[in-house]
Amino acid sequence: MDSNIDLIFKIAGVGMLVAVLHTILKHAGKEEQGQIVTLAGIAIVFIWVIQLLGNLFDQVRSVFKLF
Amino acid sequence: MEILQIVAVGLTATVLIVVVKSQKPELAVLLGVAAGAILFLMVLGKISAVMNIVKDLAIRAGINMVYLGTILKIVGVAYIAEFGAQICRDAGEGAIATKIEFAAKIFILALAMPIVVAVLQVLLKLVP
Repeated sequence: MDSNIDLIFKIAGVGMLVAVLHTILKHAGKEEQGQIVTLAGIAIVFIWVIQLLGNLFDQVRSVFKLF
Repeated sequence: MEILQIVAVGLTATVLIVVVKSQKPELAVLLGVAAGAILFLMVLGKISAVMNIVKDLAIRAGINMVYLGTILKIVGVAYIAEFGAQICRDAGEGAIATKIEFAAKIFILALAMPIVVAVLQVLLKLVP
């Protein structure tokens, strides 16, 4: 239960990190790398969220007998 | 009291979403999905406890388990569809949300059909 709450902070952390990196890279003149970093951040967060949703849907299936 | 925990998680998630939304809107949507899933995982324990009690009462009252199973399925389908539709609406995709809700209505109708047929058969027997 508590491990899930950390996920929210991890995602927010990745979001802020990506935003800052994007801005830094933009000022350094490497706009493309910035977008790649953003995509990488989104991919990582997406994987975490998908795992969480898979866990949620399994539990819902078991509770509501939705086979 | 879990309600305090749930409200705390909800508020922190909302604040973080507002912070992230200004920079990266797409990550804010993912954060919203994660927060929604976590909040529901917390409540799931209570729901299953209530469901078990309702099931025991139904067994003791001699109600046919098929009807209760169908009701349980319909509640599950309705909840998951609502979960998805609400997230799509938050992300600004109203059209997709409506499609999800429309599909959910069809599934619920399909689930309810056997019961409707059973009721009609009983009615036909009553009419001489």
